[in-house]
Amino acid sequence: MARKGKVGETRILESVGMTKRFEGLVAVDSLDFHIPDGAIASIIGPNGAGKTTFFNCITGFYEIDEGEILFDGARINGRSPDQIARAGISRTYQNIRLFNNMSAIENIMVGQEPHLKSSWIGAIFGSPSTRQEDALTEERASELLHFVGLEGKGDMLSKNLSYGDQRRLEIGRALASQPKLILLDEPTAGMNPRETIETTAFIRRLRDEIGITIVLIEHDMRVVMDISEHITVLDYGRKIAEGLPADIQTNLDVIEAYLGRGAAASLEN
Amino acid sequence: MSIFKWKTDEFSWVDFTIDVLRVLIVLGVVVGAWNTLSSGRISFAQWVNLFAAGLSQGSIYALIALGYTLVYGILLMINFAHGEVFMAGAFSTVFLAEALNRTGFLNEQPLLAILLMILFAGLVSMTVAILLERVAYRPLRGSPRLVPLITAIGASFFLQYTFRGLYGSGFKAYPQVKILQGVISIGDINIPIVQIFVFCSALILMLGLYWLVERTRIGKAMRAVSENKEVARLMGIDIDWVIMFTFGVGGFLAGSAGVINGMFRPQGVNFFMGFIPGIKAFTAAVLGGIGNIPGAMLGGLFLGVIEAIGPNLVLAGLGIPGANQLKDVIAFTMLVLVLIFRPQGILGERLSEQKA
Amino acid sequence: MDLIWTQTSRRVLVYGLLAGAFILFIGAVGMIAAFHEREVVDRFISLGQLMLMLAPFVTAYYVAGQVAERDQDRPLALVSGVLIGLLTTVPTVILLLFNSDQYRFLLDLTLRLTPFVAATITAWRMHRAGAEAQTALGAWLAIVLLVGIVTFSFALIFEIKGNLRSVLVNINREWVAVVTFDNRGDLMRGLGALALVSTVSGFAGSILYLLPAVPRRALIYGLGVTALIGAFGETARLILQENVDRDTLREIFRRDTLRQNAALALFIISTAAGFLWARYGGQARARFGSLESAQRRAINIIGLVLFVVIMLMLPWLIGRTLSDVAVTIGIFVLMGLGLNIAIGLAGLLDLGYLTNYAVGAYILAVLTSIGPLGLFKGTFTFWMVIPLALLAAMFAGFVFAVPVLRMRGDYLAIATLGFGEIIGKLAISDWLKPLIGGAQGVQAIPKPIFFGTELKNPEQLYYIVLVASLVTLFVSIRLNNSRTGRQWMAIREDEDVATAMGIDTARAKLLAFTLSAATGGVAGAIFAAKVGTVFPNSFTVFISINVLSLIIVGGIASNPGIVVGAIVLIGMPELLREFSEFRFLLYGALLILMMIKRPQGLIPSKIVTHETRSGVKPKLATAE
Repeated sequence: MARKGKVGETRILESVGMTKRFEGLVAVDSLDFHIPDGAIASIIGPNGAGKTTFFNCITGFYEIDEGEILFDGARINGRSPDQIARAGISRTYQNIRLFNNMSAIENIMVGQEPHLKSSWIGAIFGSPSTRQEDALTEERASELLHFVGLEGKGDMLSKNLSYGDQRRLEIGRALASQPKLILLDEPTAGMNPRETIETTAFIRRLRDEIGITIVLIEHDMRVVMDISEHITVLDYGRKIAEGLPADIQTNLDVIEAYLGRGAAASLEN
Repeated sequence: MSIFKWKTDEFSWVDFTIDVLRVLIVLGVVVGAWNTLSSGRISFAQWVNLFAAGLSQGSIYALIALGYTLVYGILLMINFAHGEVFMAGAFSTVFLAEALNRTGFLNEQPLLAILLMILFAGLVSMTVAILLERVAYRPLRGSPRLVPLITAIGASFFLQYTFRGLYGSGFKAYPQVKILQGVISIGDINIPIVQIFVFCSALILMLGLYWLVERTRIGKAMRAVSENKEVARLMGIDIDWVIMFTFGVGGFLAGSAGVINGMFRPQGVNFFMGFIPGIKAFTAAVLGGIGNIPGAMLGGLFLGVIEAIGPNLVLAGLGIPGANQLKDVIAFTMLVLVLIFRPQGILGERLSEQKA
Repeated sequence: MDLIWTQTSRRVLVYGLLAGAFILFIGAVGMIAAFHEREVVDRFISLGQLMLMLAPFVTAYYVAGQVAERDQDRPLALVSGVLIGLLTTVPTVILLLFNSDQYRFLLDLTLRLTPFVAATITAWRMHRAGAEAQTALGAWLAIVLLVGIVTFSFALIFEIKGNLRSVLVNINREWVAVVTFDNRGDLMRGLGALALVSTVSGFAGSILYLLPAVPRRALIYGLGVTALIGAFGETARLILQENVDRDTLREIFRRDTLRQNAALALFIISTAAGFLWARYGGQARARFGSLESAQRRAINIIGLVLFVVIMLMLPWLIGRTLSDVAVTIGIFVLMGLGLNIAIGLAGLLDLGYLTNYAVGAYILAVLTSIGPLGLFKGTFTFWMVIPLALLAAMFAGFVFAVPVLRMRGDYLAIATLGFGEIIGKLAISDWLKPLIGGAQGVQAIPKPIFFGTELKNPEQLYYIVLVASLVTLFVSIRLNNSRTGRQWMAIREDEDVATAMGIDTARAKLLAFTLSAATGGVAGAIFAAKVGTVFPNSFTVFISINVLSLIIVGGIASNPGIVVGAIVLIGMPELLREFSEFRFLLYGALLILMMIKRPQGLIPSKIVTHETRSGVKPKLATAE
């Protein structure tokens, strides 16, 4: 992994005219956006702005109605979610969705799926290559557990972990596929200020140490402004602003979307 | 729809197989129907008779299907034991019918006697349905979807063998009601009176239900709970009571269907009589879009007709011997096909993505 | 009033009446009379009577525990035991009175009064809860009418029919004889006997609870073992008959029943053993725990070797009749392990498992039969066809799985149920009669021949089942701990997320269905060879329900659980013939009970440990 730490000029993720409709309701409206390679980028916007829908479109859970999504230069819309995962995008969920009745380490082992090759026949006969791969999977999973700070809790069922540990495990599972891009849906939701600071530091460390691009949906503006290098603001499925945190903070459209027209007007004066 | 996916870069072999299946089925139906119709083995009058018989059978399915749909609408669970609720009413009432017949009341005041039987069967089934909800399903609300289904399968067999223990394992036949014997003839077409009776009484019950759901306060509460339980709770609706009521209404309809079925089918009732009609009624409910009340009624009628006409039209046309033996096969094939191709049903509005 | 109507008294009342309802229920469905046929101890107590005593005994034991712990009142616990014993008889006594000629007017009276009583109580409660008088009156009228219709109908039925028995077939002379302890002629004496036995049982139950721990456990053990061996007397005799000479056997058993002396001896021995275990068991376990790991492993290996030897010797130890049962159990273990791949591992509730069983059986039947329907008349042998049956079942599993891959949860369950029913109807149809014989089925299936010996006895077939089960067990353990197994579990837990992790869920589910079908095919083929004929009536939805039940009861996704589930659910009805009539009643009740109280099953599956086992030293850097 050579892309360490620096925000590249290239665009790892890009969309052109992306549109998603639900029975008349336009959830994402001809959206053009891009995420710079190696950045920590944020998607913000008021409730119902279409942020999670946006994630679902990228990961292939929703088929978009119009437009194109490009990942690493290749078109990914129309592919199934598992193919997109294999291409190098992984995600976490707003309401944590772990494999509850599997142990923590097994969750991470499942996360490595895109890199595994062994077949069921090999598993039955215990072929050397399968054994080797299993051992390697397990070893990597242990390392990742350590990386997310869950060493020693690997054999606990994931449903028995604490809330914060579950969040971390979910990120660990997303990292296990060694993605180029990771989508975090409200990683600090439900956390107290101390945990939030830890998580923020963790996200930064993630990018700095492993060098993957991170896109987050986040409500906590302090977190967003603190770590983002690129912000996209959505409202009613449309992009209303994009740029550096400093630009966004002073952007009137954004303030209006968040606080209403009056607030924006009074700020202008 | 999926066949047009060829042009995208992704080729899904699952879709492809399903498309092949679709083409084969359409082909089979068309060839079979063509062979039968062109051979002229079955006259127009016979078709009409089959159709009428199908409608009557279908209206019984519809009554049972309403129970599935009502419960599904509110709890999003398949009350697999609903067929047994139907059996409970039908099986219990056979004794009442015998008693009424013995006193002669059944033939002196047939309408009153049948009304009493329908009420009795309905109330017995209602009791069974409410007990079922209270004992087996209520403790499991909010657990993963397969858990109540497995419970329901357990309840189904438990009820079957309970009634087998209570009433014995043999078949018991409903006594014949004189005024329901005989046929009405219009030209070549002979329609048994009992079929008209079945259809009309089912229609009355269904209209009653429609009135209950659309026009009464408890009906409004049922609709509110099925839309959103949390909001309904906040509005001061007693959810447990509404759910119990829903099971009760579904049970009542199933029980009355049991009596109507007893009048219609002379081969009698026993403890296992509910299983197959139960699955078929579920098919009807899915056909109409589960959770959808008019859908269940139409689905039932539709299934009844298909089941009556299908073997003669399609299977016989394909040269399959003993086609009428395969009536159930037609019904179950319908079940599988609906679940594959149109899980949201004919009139389905709810759930397609998340539940199917 | 408040002194009497406490929480404790209410609990006693509720539990007592519940136990009574249970007794009445098993009587009304015919269990008590049927079980009376089986004597537990010769000329002393039958299984039916034992159940009559067990219900108040167990309930009183449980309630005494609650009273003693909560109220810290030991005498009260004894009183509660007596009351529970009495209350347990109430429902049965009422029905006995209703059923008698003398007191039938009570039934009429009850049926007449019930609507008014029920309506008045409800209306009164509504009134107290603050309902308007008008509403309460409306409710009163509605309830009188509704309940009145039911009670009037019942009154009419019983009036015309003349007795309860003509409707409730099991409220018959046999039942009356059992519950009155053979005082059918004199009802009052009968009721007295019932009340006495029940009260004594309840009292005994509460006393048992109040005993100190060691004798209590010893007694529970002794009573339990004696009752169990007594109830399964036939099984016990069949086992002993293989190993003990006839005269000794005659000392212990009269036909299939334990003699009183033998029962007493058994009780004393097992209580003594229980006493020793209760007293010193903890120490033994502690000593085992403190052993060196090498020694512990040695003991474990000895245990394992012993187990394997017993499994291999089993047919000689248990004789022909029980070997036959063992083969049946084995066939279901095989199916349970197979279906568990779909249900337990991948979370696909497949209710059409009988399809695979039927395919395996019919393939074997048609290919090897020497009867008129045999295609090759003996060219193919059992051993050649077993792989074919396996492949055919896998193919069937594959074909039926493709259309349902897109379905989830309950829809999938119903669709597979539909497939199963279609197969059942097709098997019996005229259409396929030329091929598979319609309702008559396929006959004259030869037994397997193993190096020249015909394996015609269950003792020999046992080994085929054993080997097949072990192979399946091995495969299923291997798969469980593999990448494939983890894919399945991920799909079971959350299919959407599994897809998002890069799992091709359609493929994984297809594999689960196909592999799960394989053992069903083998089981079907073995079944066909065992029975020698294949009828469509053997392939009903009950097969699927049997297998589902044993998985759920034993423990979903737990291999030992499935074996135990099969032994209990399949073995018990085979060994206790009186029971087989009620097996689906029990399965149904168990499925409900398990889902509510213990969804993980009797023997829950264990988590595979990775972290502690692997001993990997975590490095700080991430995967590279």
